[in-house]
Amino acid sequence: MDQHSLLFQAMVYLAAAIVFVPIAKKMGLGAVLGYLIAGIIIGPSLLGFIGREGEDIMHFAEFGVVMMLFLIGIELEPALLWRLRSSILGLGGLQVILSAAAIAGIAYLIGQPLNTSLALGMILSLSSTAIVLQTLNEKGWMGTSAGQSAFSVLLFQDIAVIPMLAIFPLLAGNATPDTTTHAASLRDNLPGWGQTLVVLGAVATIIIAGRYLVRPLMRIIARTRVRELFTATALLMVVAIAVLMNLVGLSSALGAFLGGVVLANSEYRHELESDIEPFKGLLLGLFFIAVGASIDFRLIMQQPWLIMGLVVGIMALKGIVLLMLGKIFKLSTDQNLLFAFALADIGEFAFVLLSFTHQTRLMSEEMTAMMTAVVAISMALTPLIMLLYEKVIQPHYTRSEAKAERAADEINEKNAVIIAGFGRFGSMTGRFLRANGINATILDLDSDRVDALHNLGIKVYYGDASRYDLLAAAGAADAKMLIIATDHAEQTLEIVKMAQRYFPHLQLLVRAENNEDTFELMDLGVLHIYRETVDTSLRVGVDALRMLGNRAYRSERAARTFLRQDERTLKGLSALRDDKKQYITSMKERIEEMQKLIASDREKTWLDEGQGWDPETLRDEIRGEKSDEV
Amino acid sequence: MARVLINFAHPALEKSRVHSQLMRVVKKIPGITFNDLYEQYPDLDINVAREQQLLEQHDIIFMQHPFYWYSAPAIVKQWMDLVLEHGWAYGHTGKALTGKYFGNIISAGGAEHSYSAEGHHQHTIREFLLPFIQTAKLCNMHYAAPFVLYGVHRQDVSDIQEDAAQLQQVLERLRDDKFDLTPLPGLDYLNQIIQLPAQTQ
Repeated sequence: MDQHSLLFQAMVYLAAAIVFVPIAKKMGLGAVLGYLIAGIIIGPSLLGFIGREGEDIMHFAEFGVVMMLFLIGIELEPALLWRLRSSILGLGGLQVILSAAAIAGIAYLIGQPLNTSLALGMILSLSSTAIVLQTLNEKGWMGTSAGQSAFSVLLFQDIAVIPMLAIFPLLAGNATPDTTTHAASLRDNLPGWGQTLVVLGAVATIIIAGRYLVRPLMRIIARTRVRELFTATALLMVVAIAVLMNLVGLSSALGAFLGGVVLANSEYRHELESDIEPFKGLLLGLFFIAVGASIDFRLIMQQPWLIMGLVVGIMALKGIVLLMLGKIFKLSTDQNLLFAFALADIGEFAFVLLSFTHQTRLMSEEMTAMMTAVVAISMALTPLIMLLYEKVIQPHYTRSEAKAERAADEINEKNAVIIAGFGRFGSMTGRFLRANGINATILDLDSDRVDALHNLGIKVYYGDASRYDLLAAAGAADAKMLIIATDHAEQTLEIVKMAQRYFPHLQLLVRAENNEDTFELMDLGVLHIYRETVDTSLRVGVDALRMLGNRAYRSERAARTFLRQDERTLKGLSALRDDKKQYITSMKERIEEMQKLIASDREKTWLDEGQGWDPETLRDEIRGEKSDEV
Repeated sequence: MARVLINFAHPALEKSRVHSQLMRVVKKIPGITFNDLYEQYPDLDINVAREQQLLEQHDIIFMQHPFYWYSAPAIVKQWMDLVLEHGWAYGHTGKALTGKYFGNIISAGGAEHSYSAEGHHQHTIREFLLPFIQTAKLCNMHYAAPFVLYGVHRQDVSDIQEDAAQLQQVLERLRDDKFDLTPLPGLDYLNQIIQLPAQTQ
């Protein structure tokens, strides 16, 4: 592929995504379906912009799945994973075994040879991690008990692919392992115990590197303050894991997931997340487009009923197994339906396994092509049946118990408060909130400080809060307020604009360095502005007044009155400044402004505030009267 | 020696003629604890432990304040709400204040006869002080009679000085156990104890 056609292809894919995803979103179909439709339309069956190379692209884009699992891992704390262990092994294990057995049994009964039946059972028992998780995320269902159960099952399936790859050659009856899909694995020439050792070694490498290598590396990268190096490091990490996993013959998705989990507690978690996220999104999009494009409509047209019958039959069979399991694992009816609907499809691993079965001569070419079509159609149907669930079934169960149960978890994981900047200003606010039982998600740009705080067990993340993706990763969509305590005025303004544009629900509490910043923040419509030295200066003033013999209470009141008055004057000056469309920049103008402020101070007589106590007027009135009635 | 505590509350002492004068005198009396609430807690954030300790250390407790709106400045209410804790000041186990004497030292704008059923305010000072009296009772204390300065708006500097001297005398006698405290709750005004016979010891 020369450069020209590569660029042309990129243009076609990107344009298709940009045209169809918003349309699908607008129609309430979701992004995944949008990508699939885009793929079908630009694919060989319709417009023919892309031809057979769609499958190559699909293999390339499968790396999006690896990235997605890395991201899922990084959002999943090891403790949570441990909590899910019984549903991963129990629910996931039973799903794979029962579905595989049921499908294999039926295939055998309708006359397929035993080994082909078993291969079919295993292939078709898997579900699509990419489509299911993406759709669950998109609809916000990951936190529900159905979402968690689906996730557990998918995780188990990812693990199960490894033994399946090992079993297929045995089923085919020839022990020569295939080398085209899983090229030159290190394990191949080793005895059994050596293979185990190599696998364990690879896993240990990921864990140890994640624990002890990544943090110092990230710190060094952070010190360079070159943004793109971070992205490069993040990508390198995922790619390196994938290479290592391929080398020892393990699933790279699984390795990436493990790597993610190891880094889940790292202070660089949000930064890594936001660096990988766009790549993952694009690659997954590409993957879905490729799935759409790979649907061979000619084949379907030849045997439409057989293929549709197979799709419906397999999905129904898987659905029934899932419903049964959901019942055993005590999912409520609506959650159980969601669980079954989500996982009834056949996953992208089927493509890999199908080409593998073809190579091992477990299936005829014709059958492989047909099954590929069945898999692609079932994947394309998944977002549709999830949509059906959302629009038709879910409304019947509006008061879902699962939501109520899971609410606490959500709060644990996502803080209501985000503090941007944890220097001398933000740290005080953060400590105060923490002392009052409110944990904030902290974003800071000083890697040394991030390390130190992390060691104290405080949740702090490295990154520039004026980046949309980092704010999103920090949970801005679910947070209540954003406290902006950054040092630099420009950065503060950037964060404010970003937050106002993309997270308008956030309450903004903003630190301002001086009056100039305050004016700019006022212009942006920020309601809660805190000039950093005002309170301290006034506290000095209060103490001075007290030491000069004034009453403490009066001094405090005077300070508060002064502050109110000062803020009023500042607002007036801000309005004046807007009228004149002028920006105070020179020192001379700044001094003039101060003069205005001071002049306004003298006009006010706050010493007389608190007229209610011992009013002079009352005394005058009484003294003026002859009667002593009062 | 009886230990006397004065909890003083005035939010705008700089404007006050009466209490600034009284304070100057009272503060100088040796052996009497003067606790200036607004000065201690300008943000009304009362240190309960400190206040309770002060109460425990004294036998006779006075709240000294202007009689704003037939009551006291806001911090006095805050003090009562926070310091007189259940289980400490009242309730089954709240015995910390048992047997102590409690009273008010107040200044009122109206003349004495305006505080009567026929007068401008239609009630006596003691009737208005009911919340304090009952609070004392609930906390197992005796309510000593109030020390009242009437008609302060009309008073001259010399009048105020006279009042202050009288208060000084009362407080010194209480401090020195000059007389038996048991008849105190029966008096109309604490000012009258000057006329009581001295205790023979």
